Amino acid sequence: MISFNLNGTQTQVDADPNTPLLWVLRDHLQLTGTKYGCGIAQCGACTVHLDGRAIRSCVTPVSMASGRQVTTIEGLSETPLGKTVQSAWQEVDVPQCGYCQSGQIMAAAALLNEHPHPGESQISAAMDGILCRCGTYNRIRTAIQAAAKGGVK
Amino acid sequence: MKTTTGQDLSRRQFLKEASALMGGLVIGFYLPSKGGRAFAAEAPPKQLYPPNAFIRIATDDSITIVVNKSEMGQGVYTSLPMLIAEELEADWSRIRVESAPVAAVYNHTGFGMQMTGGSSSIPSSWEQLRRVGASARTLLIRAAANQWGVPESECHAENSQVIHAKSDRESSYGKLAEAAARLPLPDRVELKARTDFKLIGKPVKRLDTPEKINGSAVFGIDVYLPGMLTVLIARSPVFGGKVRRYDATEARKLPGVQGVYQVPTGIAVAASGFWPAKTARDLLEIEWDEGAGAELSTPTMFAEYLELAKQPGAVARRDGDTVQGLKTAHKTVTAEYEIPYLAHAAMEPLNVVVDLTPDHCTLWTGTQAQTMDRNMAAKTAGLKPEQVQIHTTFLGGGFGRRANPKSDFVIEAVQVAMAVGKPVKVIWTREDDMRGGYYRPMWSDAIEAGIAKDGKPLVWKHTIVGQSIIADTPFEGFMTHNGIDATSVEGAATLPYLIPNLQIDLHSPKNAVPVQWWRSVGHSHTAFVVETVMDELAHHAGRDPIAYRLDNLPADSRYRGVLQLAAKKAGWGKVKLPENHALGVAVHQSFDSYVAEIAEVALENGKIRVHRVIAAVDCGQVINPDGVAQQIESGIVYGLSAALHGEITLQKGRVMQSNFHDYAPLRFSEMPQVEVHIVQSDHPPTGIGEPGTPPIAPAVANALFALTGKRLRRMPFDKESFA
Repeated sequence: MISFNLNGTQTQVDADPNTPLLWVLRDHLQLTGTKYGCGIAQCGACTVHLDGRAIRSCVTPVSMASGRQVTTIEGLSETPLGKTVQSAWQEVDVPQCGYCQSGQIMAAAALLNEHPHPGESQISAAMDGILCRCGTYNRIRTAIQAAAKGGVK
Repeated sequence: MKTTTGQDLSRRQFLKEASALMGGLVIGFYLPSKGGRAFAAEAPPKQLYPPNAFIRIATDDSITIVVNKSEMGQGVYTSLPMLIAEELEADWSRIRVESAPVAAVYNHTGFGMQMTGGSSSIPSSWEQLRRVGASARTLLIRAAANQWGVPESECHAENSQVIHAKSDRESSYGKLAEAAARLPLPDRVELKARTDFKLIGKPVKRLDTPEKINGSAVFGIDVYLPGMLTVLIARSPVFGGKVRRYDATEARKLPGVQGVYQVPTGIAVAASGFWPAKTARDLLEIEWDEGAGAELSTPTMFAEYLELAKQPGAVARRDGDTVQGLKTAHKTVTAEYEIPYLAHAAMEPLNVVVDLTPDHCTLWTGTQAQTMDRNMAAKTAGLKPEQVQIHTTFLGGGFGRRANPKSDFVIEAVQVAMAVGKPVKVIWTREDDMRGGYYRPMWSDAIEAGIAKDGKPLVWKHTIVGQSIIADTPFEGFMTHNGIDATSVEGAATLPYLIPNLQIDLHSPKNAVPVQWWRSVGHSHTAFVVETVMDELAHHAGRDPIAYRLDNLPADSRYRGVLQLAAKKAGWGKVKLPENHALGVAVHQSFDSYVAEIAEVALENGKIRVHRVIAAVDCGQVINPDGVAQQIESGIVYGLSAALHGEITLQKGRVMQSNFHDYAPLRFSEMPQVEVHIVQSDHPPTGIGEPGTPPIAPAVANALFALTGKRLRRMPFDKESFA
């Protein structure tokens, strides 16, 4: 049994400790907001927070989450930071197909958590690892800037 | 679940589904499926569709629009409801959307099957869905007028209410729906004048955004059924290869593994989840009979293609005499192009959930081609089409791959379900998806073009070599004429410039690599060739690239408007650019829409950097301008990814790329600023999902020429050295 805090709730899973956190979230816990895109930390669709920092859950063994705090898009949606980012995303109408957007929002939230008023290069650095095939990058940039102005704490 | 067939979409069926969906609260807006005028033997010239197939009005005044096109990012879950809501006079804030089941009433009005593709969702639904909305509005007004005993002509509809101003009475759609549902379909309906549009033409926020920003949107990969197993398949490393023998001893020992099965496409591992399935698949030992596909290597193929390009092919278009033209030309350009295979690489890898019982097959998948997939699933499982139903989920990108004319990923999943005997979710890993074929074909083009003494284009001989996408598919009959696959030469045989001597030839070699439509299809390569060569002719004529194009387009050409608007917005010829920046232009028509793009490009540390793209688009009547902007932005990024980085290559039949590290889509830091400007137009609406893609590669190539004097003849541009 591996136990960790998931979106504020203590959670136990019976999984091979090498199983990537992504597949524990999806297959064991059926939290499907976190997406599989590449499996090798190239696309960022699987981004979640581990103790508040953005990580790629597709290459993070679930054992690494043991005793720590995991936040997924479902959990972020319940936090003030998550709501601020989401309302900026809504305002700018960012998503197209939407598949990458959980990862985009998790990466943006982690950035804003660390740098409430990020500069251009900080935004670029934080978001460069999250691919979008629909080409929503400019809207993502606008939404992050809007969220920062909206006073993310 | 009972399956719907034909236009027999029964009332009971809808009631049942609607009740299930809305907790029994719904009083639907239904019409009898038999005897309604839409099904009369002599169909009216403009077919009236039963509104109950597309609209459900609940007692709480919420309105559900059933959308018969797949939402893959292009915005149909917003733009198609807009068409209905406009004519229905519906309260937009109460609209919700549901995806259509497979049924003939949901067929594409042009294709005769349920399908999303060819940038055709809006153009093909423009009349149909407005009539659906107007039919429902007419019946709701009629129901209210009947109740009040007043003439219909004294009533009007507004914001989901029918109003009789004279007597100061009003009734909501929710209250009228049941009575309206008992009325026969109207004989004819009046469509609103464009000047009366309240929604169409205004920027409207996407209806699917809320669920796409909180993780709740359901894609195919997110579907979980009780007792379902996750299946990964080891497929041949070479196209067309077969399993000779395999050993699954080690794979079977892995905890969570439920079974290993040989299926027609390879060896399937069924497990309790993705990770055990993947880990076990890695332990399989398989010997493949690779077949002729193992002889394919990209450099050899290009060499063969270029040889073919020197020979006469099937003639797609011939004007004047190119032999004579080339003899008399004042200056000529001779060029050979190499354009690689491309994977669609949608963010969501292919996946299908199948629940197969002896007399029914239910599929959950993000497909663009419901009718073909249903029919092929039925054939595979030995069922009748009406025994198969498909739940179309959100698509994590489609770009053409999810409209497979052979239903490859659906057939395979049904075969797996037959082997496993339990509900299954077949997932393709990124590597499977990247190496799974059905690519945009690789192309070679040979071109000789020349100008007359006065600088005008005199001659243009273009020979195209590449596999036919349509060959051996159900589309071959009506999309291939005289040996010409129309999609191979689109954009080349249809080039708009006034050139007296012109010939387009086509060679369509066959090989083992499966090919398919990829966002903008043939235009994805022809625009690059045509627009870079045209740029070159302008250069040889000593003319400005935009002025030269305008001079050589017909006077009434819609290409002109987008060129002029893009030039104006970009400050073409006027703006002072930073040092080492240059502009390049390209214009192209695809899917009946016209797009000009101007790219501002620089070289930074020897690498191409696209700073800005100014796009102008004429897609006729605009439904949602913000949706148009999104799609052009998207088309540009998709085309730019391919132009700069994209290629699928083969060595001994093996695909050399596998994932996003070696098949690199554009990243955030590479994103140019994009401006989209719309040419106001009274033409009917035309395509918007794809037309943004073709012009970007030639615009960037032409900017690079302006910057460096070097002509780019092959993609991706990454391979060029600018040292």
